[in-house]
Amino acid sequence: MQGRVIKAGVVKGQALVSSEPMGFLGMVDPDTGIVIEKNHPLSGECIAGKILIFPTGKGSTVGSYTLYRLKKNGKAPLAIINQQSEAIVAVGAIIAEIPMLDQLDITQFKTNDWVKIEQDQVTICHEESL
Amino acid sequence: MLFDDDLSVAQHPLESVFPIYQKVSAVELTNEEKSILDGKQGPARQKAMEIVVALGKIYGAENLIPIVSAQISGVSYKNLGDPGLEFLHEWAKQGGQVSVPTTLNPAGMDLEHWQELGFKDDFAKKQLQVIDCFQQFQIPPICSCTPYLIGNLPKLGDHLAWAESSAIAFANSVLGSRTNREGGPSALAAALLGKTANYGLHLDHARLASYLILVQCPLQNEADFGALGYKVGKLVQNSIPYFRGIHHATLPQLKALGAAMAAVGSVALFHIEGLTPEASMKHTLADHYQTIEIQDLQDGYQKLNSTASDIDMVAIGCPHASWEEIQHIAGLLMGKKVKAKFWITTAAPTYYFAQRAGLAKIIENAGAHIVSDTCMIVAPLQDLGIRSIATNSAKAAYYAPSHCGVQVRYGNLRACVDAALSGRFTDAG
Repeated sequence: MQGRVIKAGVVKGQALVSSEPMGFLGMVDPDTGIVIEKNHPLSGECIAGKILIFPTGKGSTVGSYTLYRLKKNGKAPLAIINQQSEAIVAVGAIIAEIPMLDQLDITQFKTNDWVKIEQDQVTICHEESL
Repeated sequence: MLFDDDLSVAQHPLESVFPIYQKVSAVELTNEEKSILDGKQGPARQKAMEIVVALGKIYGAENLIPIVSAQISGVSYKNLGDPGLEFLHEWAKQGGQVSVPTTLNPAGMDLEHWQELGFKDDFAKKQLQVIDCFQQFQIPPICSCTPYLIGNLPKLGDHLAWAESSAIAFANSVLGSRTNREGGPSALAAALLGKTANYGLHLDHARLASYLILVQCPLQNEADFGALGYKVGKLVQNSIPYFRGIHHATLPQLKALGAAMAAVGSVALFHIEGLTPEASMKHTLADHYQTIEIQDLQDGYQKLNSTASDIDMVAIGCPHASWEEIQHIAGLLMGKKVKAKFWITTAAPTYYFAQRAGLAKIIENAGAHIVSDTCMIVAPLQDLGIRSIATNSAKAAYYAPSHCGVQVRYGNLRACVDAALSGRFTDAG
């Protein structure tokens, strides 16, 4: 699949997929990487080291700095894939240097899929055989 | 804990919730812009270009355009916190300088008189570190939400990258300049490059109003304009309103109207028939619009007021007070003594003006303070022991309960000065 590069990078990891938009300020614990937003499909999950996949961002603009802080704490996602990116997460990904793509059909991904990102190319595999 | 203009939740124009496969738009870059993106002019400018290009992609910009000035938000340590400070520090260390005149939003304290105003050492230390980062980018340490009052004054049609919501509303509407609602990092990125992505309010077609607001009640003072701004901001959210029926407005009144609508909704541009430049020059109402009649301001006042009567602090100057407002306050305070703490927040150059004009002395003799560089919203009010404030700012009244944990009374300047003198807010202001 081909996406649109927001922040370029080459990574491989396991997907964590949310069907709902994600915010970061007050919704992800910057020290643990655990989603603390109540009633969110990923509530209680840890985003650290995952290819985090969600439709789009939401919430306070300080969320960009939360992504930066997650990165500094070693709890950032490995990469971010959005269906349609917006400014908060995009700026956060750039300043935190987290590879990010958008304009991909995120219904193609399932949690725990192995996902490989090389610039604008994305490959999905259901096992670690990439 | 926010860095964009103020304290609002970001509202970017996401047309629908999850559009799949929107048309992929390419931002056309010049060779020089490409070389910056490739890092040939250093990491600081590369990061700036990555941010500007990413926003250009997201919002469908065809190219980048030169800007004449920038206004950076995310200056108060209270909003930035350690992650924001660390990020600025790291970016500043990469060695970049702003390419256009750039001003800073209010900091969390008066940069000179913080000690006597009761700010804590720890907070001050961090705040001064933030300012130091900005100085490394060659941004002067003058912090104000009213850049247009202190020399960052763009003209009709000028493109800008401003991030303070009330200043954005003022620049787009009253000055006829063009800026989107930038965030802290994107405004700084644009300042470094002297360019921003060409989308949204930079384009003619995006500057048409989709609401016609028929104002059918008199507007007598800045608090009336603020209450109107509250009502209209709630109704139109991030749309552009076109006012009919406002026949006269002073600078402080326009400042109050825009600030309220920008805080309560996320209005970045408004037109006033017969008053604002674009509305006077051309047709600025879209073909299809909704009409709203405003018959009174009562519910605006109601929503902005708590029931507190004892007032710990009176806070004037959100957005920062102009010299005419300071003059007005000096007139009301002459020869009197305040009972409540009384802050008039303003830009340092305006404070200098007040000193030269002898107004500062009158105000200080009454026991009030003219406070520079900060405001009641981005300062750590709770640390200063404040539980209730009175203000003539609808923006401050809207934010203070949630962001400062205080009770608020909202009224016009005279009512606020009376509250300062008596320590009690009475409705007959």
